[in-house]
Parts: sequence; C-alpha cells; structure tokens
Amino acid sequence: MANMTYRDALNAALREEMQRDENVFLMGEEVAEYDGAYKVSRGLLKEFGARRVVDTPIAELGFTGIGVGAAMVGLRPVIEMMTFNFALLAIDQIVNAAAKVRYMSGGQIGVPIVIRGPGGAALQLGAQHSQAFESWYAHIPGLKVVMPATPADAKGLLKASIRDDNPVIFIEGEMLYNLKGDVSDDPDLVIPLGKADIKRPGNDVTIICHSKTVAPALAAAKTLAEEGIDAEVIDLRTIRPLDTDTVLTSVRRTNRVVVAEEGWSFAGVGAQLVDLIQREAFDALDAPVLRVHQADVPMPYNKHLEKAAKADAPKIVAAVHHVCYKG
Amino acid sequence: MASSQASKKGRSDAPFADQYREWLQMMVLIRHFEEKAGEAYSLGQIGGFCHLYIGQEAVAVGTLAALRPDDYVVSAYREHGQALARGITPRAVMAELFGKATGCSHGKGGSMHLFDAERHFMGGHGIVGGQIPLGAGFAFAAQYRGTDQVSITYFGEAAANIGAFHETLNIAGLWKLPAIFVIENNGYGMGTAVKRAAAITELSTRAASYGMPGVKVDGQDVVAVKKATDAAVARARAGEGPTLMEIITFRYVGHSMSDAASGTYRSKEELEASRQRDPIVVLDSRMRELGMLDDAGRKAIDAAVDAQVADAVKFAEESPEPDPAELWTDVYAPEAH
Repeated sequence: MANMTYRDALNAALREEMQRDENVFLMGEEVAEYDGAYKVSRGLLKEFGARRVVDTPIAELGFTGIGVGAAMVGLRPVIEMMTFNFALLAIDQIVNAAAKVRYMSGGQIGVPIVIRGPGGAALQLGAQHSQAFESWYAHIPGLKVVMPATPADAKGLLKASIRDDNPVIFIEGEMLYNLKGDVSDDPDLVIPLGKADIKRPGNDVTIICHSKTVAPALAAAKTLAEEGIDAEVIDLRTIRPLDTDTVLTSVRRTNRVVVAEEGWSFAGVGAQLVDLIQREAFDALDAPVLRVHQADVPMPYNKHLEKAAKADAPKIVAAVHHVCYKG
Repeated sequence: MASSQASKKGRSDAPFADQYREWLQMMVLIRHFEEKAGEAYSLGQIGGFCHLYIGQEAVAVGTLAALRPDDYVVSAYREHGQALARGITPRAVMAELFGKATGCSHGKGGSMHLFDAERHFMGGHGIVGGQIPLGAGFAFAAQYRGTDQVSITYFGEAAANIGAFHETLNIAGLWKLPAIFVIENNGYGMGTAVKRAAAITELSTRAASYGMPGVKVDGQDVVAVKKATDAAVARARAGEGPTLMEIITFRYVGHSMSDAASGTYRSKEELEASRQRDPIVVLDSRMRELGMLDDAGRKAIDAAVDAQVADAVKFAEESPEPDPAELWTDVYAPEAH
C-alpha cells in the first residue's frame, strides 16, 4: 500500500499494464516528450520509448480513429484526450466505429481501446472547457463509461479498463489529479467494471454520486450526520454498465434518494437513475427522488457565477433535507 | 494518367494470361452480382441503402490483386466490389444484403457494413471518410508489430474534402505508415461534381502536403490499376511510407438505389460517354488483341459468373433469418476471456 495522488495512481496503472502487455500503448497530444499535459504519463516515454508512448499532432479525430483501427486488429491502445471537451472532435470515431464495429461485424471484430482524460469543470476555464459529457457516452450501446473518484479506484479501474475487450471511455478529473489516498501496489489488483462502491454506509437516505460529486457527497453526509441524518453514499464508479443491484438494494433500505452529478440535468446520468429507481423500487420510496446537478446553462467564467452553477455539498444537503422532509 | 497501350505490350503481357482471365472474371462477377442486387432491391429482398459498384470494377480488382491475404482492407459503403474481389464469397455477400444469418456480417451489417475478419476485410463504413483513420490504424499496428503488412483504404473523391482525410494523411505521412489511400474518383459525391466541391480538383496533388507521392491512375484499365498499386505496396512494405492514389473511374448507376443514373446533376450524354471506356470491355478487348480470349472463352466466363450469381441469390433466399436472440449479442465482448 502506498499513499499517492490520483495522477500517480493512473501513472502506475499505465506503467504496470504496459509492462504486462506488449500490445498496450499510449497515444495522444503531449503524452511523450512533454510528459503529459497533466503529467499522468510522466516518465513513460523514458521507460517505454517512442514506439509505445506516441505524441500526436492536434488531430483528435485522426489519432482516435487510428487507435480504433489498431484496436480492431488486436492492439490495446490507450488514447489520451487532453480533455474530454476535445473528444467532441473524435466522437464520430468513438460512436460510429469503436462502439459499433463488434455489432456490425456480427461479433467478428472487437475494439479493445481505452479513451481517457479529464472531463468536467476545473476552475474558471469557461464554457468550452468545463463540460461533463459522461451521459453522452453512456447513451451509446457498445461503450463502457468509467469514472473513478479516488486514487485507489483510479488505478484499479484503469487497469481493468485496459484489460477489457470493449471500448472504454475513462473520464478523470483535473480537480482530482492531486487528490491523495492509499493505493495498492499489487500489480494484479484490478477493480471490476460495473461495480459501484459504498463510500459511506448509512440508513436514512441514499446519495448516489460519481467522480467529482463523491467528495461533496461525503462532505454533505458529514454535515447531515451532525444533524442526525445517516446518509449512505454510493459511488457509481462505472456509469455503464450501471450497478443497479447496489443502487436498488440501498434504496429499498433507506427509501429516500438524492442523485448528484456534475453535468447538466436534461437526459443526464441522474435521469437514468431516477428512471431505474421509480421503475424497480417505486413502492420503497418515501419521497420523490431529487437531483443535484450543474445549472442548466453554459459554464460562466466569473467565479461567483461558476460556483453558483456547480453541484456542491450545500446543494446536496439541501436536497437531502427535502427528501427527508426536514428544514 | 498511367494508361497502357495494349498493342505494344503483347509480349510482356503474355505470361499474365491466367491473371487477366481471373481479373476479367472477377470484374464480370461484380457487374452481374450488382445487377442482380439491383433487381433484388427492386423486389424488396434487399432493404435500406444500397450503393452499387457498376462501372468501378477495375478499381477493386486491380488494387486488391496487388495485396497479400494478410494485408488489411477497409472501405466505405460502396464496397460490394471490394468484398467480392477480396474473396468473400458471392453467397456470403448476397446473404448479407438480404440480411440473413449466413451473411458475412451475420445479417447485422447489411450492404454498407460487410466484414470478414479472416480475410482482413475490416468493413464497409457508412459515415463519409470515417474509415480513413481506421485504415491508418491497421498500418500503425503493422508498423508497431514490425510486420511488413500494408493497409489499403478506399474512399470516394468527396471524402477527400472531409477532416478525417486531412488529419489521417498528415499523420500517415509524418509517421511513414505502410498505408495506401485510394480515392475512387467517380466524378460525383452523390450529386455534386468534383469541381463544385474541391478548390483543387487534381486530388492526387494533395499528397504533396502530406509528404507522400500522389499518383493519378486510369481506373477503367485494371492493368494500370494493378501496376500503380504494386508500386504503392512495394513502397509501403519497404518502410518508405504511404501513397495517395487517385483512381479515375465512373459509376454507371445512381448514387444509391433511390436515384437515377442520369438526370438532374449529370446528363445522359455524359453518362454514355463514360460507358465508352467500360473497364470490362477495356480488358476484354485487350485480351482478344493479345489472343488470350475469344467468343467461346468470354461466353464461358459469363456462364460461370451467371451460375455463381444465381447460386448466391438462391442461397440468400433460402438462408435463415438471424435468430431473434441475435438482437442482443455482439454489443459487448463475451464476459469470460
């Protein structure tokens, strides 16, 4: 066990998987000589050389498609998006090729690729650099969508994603890279995709969150505990496939739910959870499910406006009060 | 334009009689197959979009004759010809068009998504230009593994105007990928003439921007196509990098089954003029001049091909529909691996 940052946990996962499997390589903008725009790939060029740590021109569509092609013939590319805002330029390759080739070919050809990088907002980056797109990818059959919130999950889930035979969209967070935590140094430890993690057990209300809303959800749970409300915090970790069992088991026990996510509300991840919960656990509910999410506007630059737009702990606390009919 | 003068080449062509016969037969097969596919479409046996290859046969046959079985092939949605020339059986292609379980994509792909992993036929792709980076990806994998495989990527001239073309060719040139990019220039992107879509209509000259040779080839002459492809393949195998081939050809039919061969965007006269250099006639005449073919020989080819296509249609008609449970398979990899 070692204490390390989320960034270094990702780095360790990449290093271990590249050591383990010659077919794994990393490709993207500034991943090699610059050592990574966010230093996730620090030191990998030195260890593995330019054949396996590949700098690309700024051409997301081009290099993502090249990665998809390489995966179709058996390599296991890890494609780094400097941020997922730029992955919009590659979305044709992700949606029309990576996600569909297995199906269109009648199962003959798979696409074992990981497309990873930071998503969502950081601080004052403005409307075009502050977008949480997980619901876009989770909408697509054929893709898996993974979003770790802690260093331990970052390492174990990235290793599992690289070993997975499907295209995996692996969304990190700029605001998470410096987060520290205990991480296993066992190179064989992987965290299976599709398994949520109960980050805090509780009995009175279920807060469902993922990625950057996990920390505010835990902070909210702490505040609520002081008021005598015992919140269970479920970190989805994988958006698709969704761990419906963990969610429903919790809901049937607590009878009250708040779903927190970083992105917009319309057709968001939370909307999918509300659909699941009302359909499968309608009789267990003591209150309508509430959602906490980004204000339904492009992200403003001004820091006060930005703060007002973002999901945060006070908003989660307020939503919990509402579903508990308190305050 | 790399064209050939049959009469002067008699001696050098002579050893190729078997090859020429094979190419002629494959071009005739594609032609008859596509005519039958058109009929089946009209009868409602084939659904969706269906883009026929009639007129362009020499491009698929000439280029693929230059490749090895372990090389990689990828194309767009007008790919029946390449699938057949790559050796996918007419039965498997026709059954796929019919959406049957015995089709080369098990009925899940259709006309635009023919796949055959064993023959390294990496698909028909339906978004214009989307397959261009995939083709470079196969070449990247060959280079990564240190094999001497090459990839060939087909797309129409209209796809040369899309961003994927620029991004991919730049990277392929930069990294010297063993890739061959084939622009099948049939003059029209759907109903838009090249001159109405490209600022510079000599598309092969774009190769200069990407540090690779660009060659313009007569796509109605299968021998010229094969020869030009040989050079591109040799270059790629030798590690010298990619080549952009602009192969000039014609489609004698509409863009898809829903439009006429001529009318709003091109005249009957223009279409008729293009038919004067029918690739099948060009090779047929050349072979006759060289004494490789006579009426009986040609009749034998036509008869063999007719039987093959009739058999393919019968096979497709009689094949089972996919099991309803197939709806849910092949979305994700099987769990245990």
